[in-house]
Amino acid sequence: MSYCKQEGKDRIIFVTKEDHEAPSNAELVEDDPNDPYEDHGLILPNGEINWNCPCLGGMASGPCGQQFKEAFSCYHYSKEEVKGSECVENFRSMQECMQKYPELYPQEDDNDSAPSGGADTTPTESTSTDSVPSPDSESAATENPAAS
Amino acid sequence: MFKCKTVWNKLARASSTLCLQNARKSVLRHGRRLEMMQKAQMSSGPTGGGGENTLYYVLVGATCLGGGIYTYRTVSGDKERYNERMIEIASRPKQRPQAAEAVARIVAKPKEEAIAKAPTLEPEESAVTEPSVEEPTVSEPVVEEPVTEPTVEALSSELVLESPEPDTAEVKQSEEPIAPVVESAEPTPVPMAEHVPEIPPDSDSAVTAEPASADVPLEPTAAHSDVPEHAPYLLIGGGTAAFAAARSIRARDPGARVLIVTEESDLPYMRPPLSKELWFSDDPKVTETLRFKQWNGKERSIYFQPASFYISPVDLAKVENGGVAVLTGRKVVHMDVRGNKIKLSDGAEISYDKCLIATGGVPRNLQVIDRAGEDVKNRTTLFRKIEDFRSLEKISREVKSITIIGGGFLGSELACAIGRRSANLDLEVIQLFPEKGNMGKVLPEYLSNWTTEKVKKEGVNVITDAVVKNVNYKNGKLEIKLKDGRQVTTDHIVAAVGLESSVELAKSAGLEVDSDFGGYRVNAELQARSNIWVAGDAACFYDIKLGRRRVEHHDHAVVSGRLAGENMTGANKPYWHQSMFWSDLGPDVGYEAIGIVDSSLPTVGVFAEATAKDTPKAATEQSGTGIRSESETEEVAEAVKSGAAAPPNQKEEDYGKGVIFYLRDKVVVGIVLWNVFNRMPIARKIIKDGEEHADLNEVAKLFNIHED
Repeated sequence: MSYCKQEGKDRIIFVTKEDHEAPSNAELVEDDPNDPYEDHGLILPNGEINWNCPCLGGMASGPCGQQFKEAFSCYHYSKEEVKGSECVENFRSMQECMQKYPELYPQEDDNDSAPSGGADTTPTESTSTDSVPSPDSESAATENPAAS
Repeated sequence: MFKCKTVWNKLARASSTLCLQNARKSVLRHGRRLEMMQKAQMSSGPTGGGGENTLYYVLVGATCLGGGIYTYRTVSGDKERYNERMIEIASRPKQRPQAAEAVARIVAKPKEEAIAKAPTLEPEESAVTEPSVEEPTVSEPVVEEPVTEPTVEALSSELVLESPEPDTAEVKQSEEPIAPVVESAEPTPVPMAEHVPEIPPDSDSAVTAEPASADVPLEPTAAHSDVPEHAPYLLIGGGTAAFAAARSIRARDPGARVLIVTEESDLPYMRPPLSKELWFSDDPKVTETLRFKQWNGKERSIYFQPASFYISPVDLAKVENGGVAVLTGRKVVHMDVRGNKIKLSDGAEISYDKCLIATGGVPRNLQVIDRAGEDVKNRTTLFRKIEDFRSLEKISREVKSITIIGGGFLGSELACAIGRRSANLDLEVIQLFPEKGNMGKVLPEYLSNWTTEKVKKEGVNVITDAVVKNVNYKNGKLEIKLKDGRQVTTDHIVAAVGLESSVELAKSAGLEVDSDFGGYRVNAELQARSNIWVAGDAACFYDIKLGRRRVEHHDHAVVSGRLAGENMTGANKPYWHQSMFWSDLGPDVGYEAIGIVDSSLPTVGVFAEATAKDTPKAATEQSGTGIRSESETEEVAEAVKSGAAAPPNQKEEDYGKGVIFYLRDKVVVGIVLWNVFNRMPIARKIIKDGEEHADLNEVAKLFNIHED
């Protein structure tokens, strides 16, 4: 059974697993999805891409940031049947740029993997509701500090 | 003009009061006499009689004379006070002894000749402004010098040497170039006060910047050619906050040109591994490579980006899509807010459109160590930068005993990291601090005590309730005497007693410094003034939910840097996303926290019984998240085993995992997740709500602490 004790101003409660099985009746405030202050994931409420999302790592801000933004925007807004099929040119120029910086963009080709030497260091809690092809798992993984 | 008016007022007042007083006295005297003679006489008028008349005239004369003497004394006293005051003001800024020299020059001569001296300054002035090319003189050491009030005597002796030899060679060898000195020697008080803050040690660009100067403008030297003249986004400081801001700016403003100016010689890097992961590394070359293993086994460098990410400062203006350039080894010494430009220690000027101050801080030292002498100071490490890590790592392999003073995050982490090494090396690790237990200011007492026991298990000799009285160097050892009489003998000291935020630019920039928390005072959007933002350790900001605070954690630097970058590109967002922090003290104790985590607040802790699975090591292995990385050494395995064997029977004492709520007026303002990982979003939400919860056990249920 759980029990409770008081040490001065500090209260300590020990609980067993069973005690915590019943769902909580604590009330949390409803989140406003359009809150302008809130950090949003990869896609903003108005449908645009959040280039500052930690999930992108340094992709949009590095030396090849411009090419990346063009390629990814093209892909995002693409309405073709095969999404992004008209964006090959953009992706190619992005890849060319990335090949110039092998240190920053280790050669894993099209799938913009965040460089292991240069991952973003922002907390991942506030991150993507939408997922970018492969980077977020990697960038989330290599994020420092605690990705918890 | 001003002087005349005050003088006139003083004179008028002085004489009128004196006159009045004397008049009154004489009236009274006369009155009494007159009373004896005639009652009706009201004033000491002409009918008073001959003798009285004389007396009257004598008294009036004396009054006027007295008034005159008083006035003369006051005026000359004022002048002297004025001159002294000017010297004081001039000598107050650290880099301005030369202005003080100028003032002293005026004052050193006899006062009456002060005016006469002005013409004599002219010939010197013309001779001295000849050197059109001056190398940056030894400005760095001068800048670094502690404020030494140049006494009038000392300066006048210097000046006596300088004035007869105003040739260029002499000027160059003198400590400060004289040119700006001479300009400021114009004896007008108000412009003097303005000049004083604006003259940096090096004259060149300073002279050109002088508003009222009619001198020969001196050309900047060739040494400044690698410094761009203008940077649309200028970030002062090259740490975590600055880097996060640079990234944010580049993400939001395509083609942005960002210049980072840092005093350090390294590119931007992250600090937490310096006291954690880097010590756990097996690689003998770790001090060079600065690479560490993350939780997922992948290695990375502490540098945010390799050098190829950045562009060269000279290319900043030209490169097509913009980029981030880092200027290392330069200190910003002056900020001109009105002119939107900064001045470096070598005299170079950079103008900006938007500026971020992310200067962080310097480690505090104990006063007793500061006063203790070179022998002690040479054996003390103030830990913050890469070079401190390198030197301490080397020392840890050479000495027999290291003492860490300080029981907070840095002290405890270093104690555990070095303590773990001490098993292999023949090294004693001692940690001493005034609190009752490790993290005594952060964790509630019961948890702090529990933590201290764990730290001791890491091989650290923890001495609590220890206040250092003095430190001496004797017989090749450092002797630390505590106030209660105990003594600790050791080879090397690491002082981890807090951070002093760097606010040197506050004066020249006219920025407010917070008296409670230190740091530059900024609003909820991290703005200090138009076009100036502050982020990171140096920012005392207004947190809409938790009030005004200053936070010295890594994640805060990232969050605030990112926010500042967003606001510099027009976002106008307040500090909203609450930053978190974490700490690991060995393989058994790891926690994450968010909000205001102050042990003086009342707390409610909800704990579950711990099993062997509930340790940072186990958690990271299973869930695959978190940043803790353990090296696969024997010691670690054993420590974990011993940790696991202990819990089940010690229900009372075992705070294996749980959640601790910190309350302020019944609202949760801080949460510590104790050996519970991946729940930070829930914690963040609870703090954001800021609600009063009747039963915190119900809130604790949201965290599912029994699960992994």
